Amino acid sequence: MQEEFTPEYGPKWSDQRVERMLGALVCTLVGLLLALIVTVFIRGWPSFVHNGLAWFGSGGNVDDQLNAIFLSGQSGAEYIYTFHAWPLIWSTMLITGGAVLISLFSALFVAVFIVEFAPEWMSNILQPVVRFLASVPSVIYGLLGVLVLVPFIGNHLISEEQKASVAGIISLTGYSLIAGVVVLAMMIAPLMVSIFTDGLRSVKPGWLEGSLALGVNRWRTTWKIGVRAARPAIVAGTVLATARAIGEAVMLAMLSGSVGFAPNPADGVIFIFEPSRPLAPTIVKNIDQLSSPPGNATLFSIATVLLFSATIFSLCGHLARRSMRKYGTA
Amino acid sequence: MERTVTIPPVPKPVEPPPGSGGDKGAVEGSATWQLSDRIGLAICWGLGLLFCALAVAIVLYLLVQGVKYLRPEMLTTPASAGYTQAESGGFSDALIGTMIVAAMGIAVALPLGVATAVWLVEYGRPAGLARITESTIEAIAGIPSIVLALFGTVIFSSTALGFLSRTTEGVVFGRSFFAAGAMLSLVALPLIVASTREGLNAIPRHVREASYAVGKTKAATTRRILLPTAKPQIATGAMLGLGRIIGDTAIIVVLLGATQNFAPVEDASFPFNYLRGAGTTLTNFVYEASPTGNLNQPEKAYAAAFVLLLMVLALNAAVDIVHRRARKVGTWSS
Repeated sequence: MQEEFTPEYGPKWSDQRVERMLGALVCTLVGLLLALIVTVFIRGWPSFVHNGLAWFGSGGNVDDQLNAIFLSGQSGAEYIYTFHAWPLIWSTMLITGGAVLISLFSALFVAVFIVEFAPEWMSNILQPVVRFLASVPSVIYGLLGVLVLVPFIGNHLISEEQKASVAGIISLTGYSLIAGVVVLAMMIAPLMVSIFTDGLRSVKPGWLEGSLALGVNRWRTTWKIGVRAARPAIVAGTVLATARAIGEAVMLAMLSGSVGFAPNPADGVIFIFEPSRPLAPTIVKNIDQLSSPPGNATLFSIATVLLFSATIFSLCGHLARRSMRKYGTA
Repeated sequence: MERTVTIPPVPKPVEPPPGSGGDKGAVEGSATWQLSDRIGLAICWGLGLLFCALAVAIVLYLLVQGVKYLRPEMLTTPASAGYTQAESGGFSDALIGTMIVAAMGIAVALPLGVATAVWLVEYGRPAGLARITESTIEAIAGIPSIVLALFGTVIFSSTALGFLSRTTEGVVFGRSFFAAGAMLSLVALPLIVASTREGLNAIPRHVREASYAVGKTKAATTRRILLPTAKPQIATGAMLGLGRIIGDTAIIVVLLGATQNFAPVEDASFPFNYLRGAGTTLTNFVYEASPTGNLNQPEKAYAAAFVLLLMVLALNAAVDIVHRRARKVGTWSS
């Protein structure tokens, strides 16, 4: 758009004035984002300073530490900041990772199905279905999880012996890792499907035709040529969905069990039934503590970690998507 | 308009390989494939049907529960304290709250988003700022809403913005419809920007040049030609944003105050006393009324969730209608 003809302008809605106004607006937006990042970071700084790298480590019971932090804020005595967030981080990693793996697998198959193999009537049904699943509010997923999935897990999948075997440490009620993972996968899979289908659709038809002409069947062609050519879209979709999953707060606050416990894979099968609480739900659950200075700092330090990880993920997705345009025909 | 141009990935008349029966011009069937490929196709079908089944199950389950528990008076009576689910009223405040929040959020996000998109597509100079803006929008889309909510508590608790929420003895409460609406507009913004840009980019250059040729300024061209042409996409973006706004819970829980009723402030005139006060929305009501919330009234949670789902379905249907109508009018041939 550099060498374009600049038409004459009137005095009031002159182009220069409009351009300057819009530019100022855009700058405000950029400034707002910077302010957000800086504010959240500064507010969380005291917690990082007091704990150092131990913030990310393990040690002690997180829930007790949070309680001590909040109590010290109310009593007005010396503020306590000691906080070792490892169980929360571990839970975030497990739930996000599990959900992303499940939904990556299923979204890839569904996207391939929609683009290549589904008969016309089927893909006409599937596309609105995917859009609908993407637009269901997270709180509805949470409600259905609490009232349908959790009782099912608690009553049918966990045996009494399993409950008894860990009774002294945690109670297995159905609010569990697996409940969070399954519902979160349902929430992010539609997002992935829509990005994957865009990517698969923009693969150059000639490449696929070339493979077909060599006698490779349609299934192999799709996977060896189509999916490989759409790799940037697959990376972008996965990464964006991961960012969404990390930030999911309300649904996981309802389903994950809300216990600052680090599920231990060494426990065997029970592992997936153990309750936990990721980072984002911790903020939602303790939002009353914003008024106490140490509580405020702790919650904002959690927010800082969320902000940085989610922003990095979504920017990576953005970059991957930009490289996708090189392959795309559009 | 990438979506309207469907490139058939496989041309229809593929010669059937020997042995597949050879019906006229049909797409190659899976009969000749190896077992592993056929299992893969079966997985495709299974997962596709699973997605459909999930959607149908969600709608039907909430429909059944909604019809069972939803009473018309729930929509008109506010929540009240009570020991049983029959005594504790309905969720009219939540319903109205959702509408207020949606209106406020979109009222901020729509002009802001369209202006940003216009700047990005039509002006976009200096190029560095354009790239930064793109990344900013992308980053805003990636920020978890709970972080936006915490940021909102910081901004709106500042004394300078005390006129937007309840203020008692100089202490600003920082939780109000204004605060929630403003932060929710950031949730909707990236969707509106993306879809407006898509619409503007789809308009070929010669349309702009024709307008310049008759002496219109760039600003006038944008206002009179480009924005009206991109209206379907702008509407789509607005409705997607609206869906995101009414579905958001974290910002509401944090920034609208933990109440189930309107809590208007005393020292303001009519619309502002409510807008400056705390309140609730359907998502917040569902969250609190679920067994893990403070109210624990699952029946009403179902009823409210059903109303919420109806809103989402209506928005989805509206997006579909706009899409279809835009496609009927046709796209530009450049």
